[in-house]
Amino acid sequence: MTRSFLGNRTGPEAIRPELHQPGSELPPPPAARSFSRPGSPSLRFGVTMLWLSLIVLLPLAAIAWQAVGGGWQAFWLAVSSHAALGAFRVTFAASVVVTIFNVVFGLLTAWVLVRDDFKGKGLVDAVIDLPFALPTIVTSLVMLALYGKNSPVGLHLQHTPPGVGVALAFVTLPLVVRAVQPVLLEIDRDVEEAAASLGASGPRVLTSIVLPSLLPAVLSGAGLSFSRCIAEFGSVVTIGGQVPGKTEVSSQWIRALIENDDRTGAAAISIVLLAISFTVLVLLRIVGGRAAKREEKAA
Amino acid sequence: MTRSAGRVTPVQGSPWARYLARYVALAYVGVMLIFPVVLILWRTFRPGFSQFYAWVSTPAAISALNLSLLVVAIVLPLNVIFGISTALLLARNRFRGRSVLQSVVDLPFAVSPIIVGVALIVLWGSAGALGFVENDFGFRIIFGLPGIVLASIFVTLPFVVREVQPVLQELGIEQEQAAATLGSNSWQTFWRITLPSMRWGLTYGIVLTTARTLGEFGGVIMVSSNLPGDSQTLTLLVNDRYNRGAEYGAYALSTLMMGVAVAFLVVKTILQVRRKRATRAA
Repeated sequence: MTRSFLGNRTGPEAIRPELHQPGSELPPPPAARSFSRPGSPSLRFGVTMLWLSLIVLLPLAAIAWQAVGGGWQAFWLAVSSHAALGAFRVTFAASVVVTIFNVVFGLLTAWVLVRDDFKGKGLVDAVIDLPFALPTIVTSLVMLALYGKNSPVGLHLQHTPPGVGVALAFVTLPLVVRAVQPVLLEIDRDVEEAAASLGASGPRVLTSIVLPSLLPAVLSGAGLSFSRCIAEFGSVVTIGGQVPGKTEVSSQWIRALIENDDRTGAAAISIVLLAISFTVLVLLRIVGGRAAKREEKAA
Repeated sequence: MTRSAGRVTPVQGSPWARYLARYVALAYVGVMLIFPVVLILWRTFRPGFSQFYAWVSTPAAISALNLSLLVVAIVLPLNVIFGISTALLLARNRFRGRSVLQSVVDLPFAVSPIIVGVALIVLWGSAGALGFVENDFGFRIIFGLPGIVLASIFVTLPFVVREVQPVLQELGIEQEQAAATLGSNSWQTFWRITLPSMRWGLTYGIVLTTARTLGEFGGVIMVSSNLPGDSQTLTLLVNDRYNRGAEYGAYALSTLMMGVAVAFLVVKTILQVRRKRATRAA
């Protein structure tokens, strides 16, 4: 379960995995037996499809329709405008940096939470989920209290790219930790001990035994973190301040377009962001799946 | 977790490396999470509790709180009813396109709240694909309560399904069949067997949905007219107060919402402990 678990877990479906529990990918249900439950299956199927279409599918289809409705030219104009490119650049730069940061510290935190033991560990473990529970606008104000003009630590990051970075790092903090933690918990420690008894040093065991088996989990967490970063809005609005080309992220640019009643432009940028987010998640899922397979073969 | 504690592995053979890792991780969590939150609490309560109370009980704040609770009151039952129905469908039936349906249920996690707002505007807005609803029937969706509700349902749709479905799948249908054999009709079976056995999953789904609905900002700011006292939810009021320079008022409301977040964490931890106990007992 340890090895294949990650390949399952990754996916566009899991960008906000607040509710992901290990093994949440479920086996197919047993074949339906004729047995009466409230509402016949076909009725339930119809109602569910209608509900999902109305709430999820129709709005997303409307975006695609709006984006291509103005023709290819308009689409290209919208996504290649100076402001749009500037916003993309800021968004991706911040997302990449924050994701790398998350991987390094997320791994370390997960390691300490699983392998170390100290007083108050349970509390630290519970606090990790705080960014999921905190409304994003509150996150923004919290960041402002810490790094704004009245900063008690003398760090003035408001309206600077690092300001956007710290806000993103806050909201995505749990993602890598929560992706790595269950896998680390399941890992077979005998292998590590065997390697050590054969003379491998601590760092050697870490790089050639532990890290390779964590790779799929790390990639999954990194993918989630990256997608969340490029989608983020609430937590960066006040600390970032929407300085074009410097701190204005794509989601803020989309909002500006809507306020100027350029719905085609907003839809075009939305489609690009959605496509990138899906691509990253699918790519990492494939890479992660391969790594998991290699691990399985080696084992 | 307890089985791993105390057992020294080769990787952390040297106590120095172990302490270094521990304190770097603790510093990371402390600087990134705990310090900012403590700071905002301190800023809120430094001028005294009465000041805090005055800012969270202004007419605008009360009406924002009422609106947010009203949205929760609409979103929650809908998500529970359709969530359970969807979970039952996914857990108990095999049909073509089941995996596609599963992906559609999870889709809202992958969509930015701002993009949700854009989607609703281009669908339901007066110039949108289904603009006739507003233009011909006079039923305003965007810039009204229905828009806020639709955005909130979109972002919270997966919660109940994802929490209830695994429980249903694990439970199997033997008990339900036994009840049916003993002569209970399908509603009785549902109320007496199915619903009680999924109560923890459902509770967690409800907690997640409530917390997310109260805290939703990006999707709501796109589709609300943002009029104080009329269409301003709590999160919109926080933003509005900040933009008008009433920083303290924004902090006070943030602290109020942070209380909700902490309650969320407490409930989550309790549910986790109960679940663990339940699995251990089984």
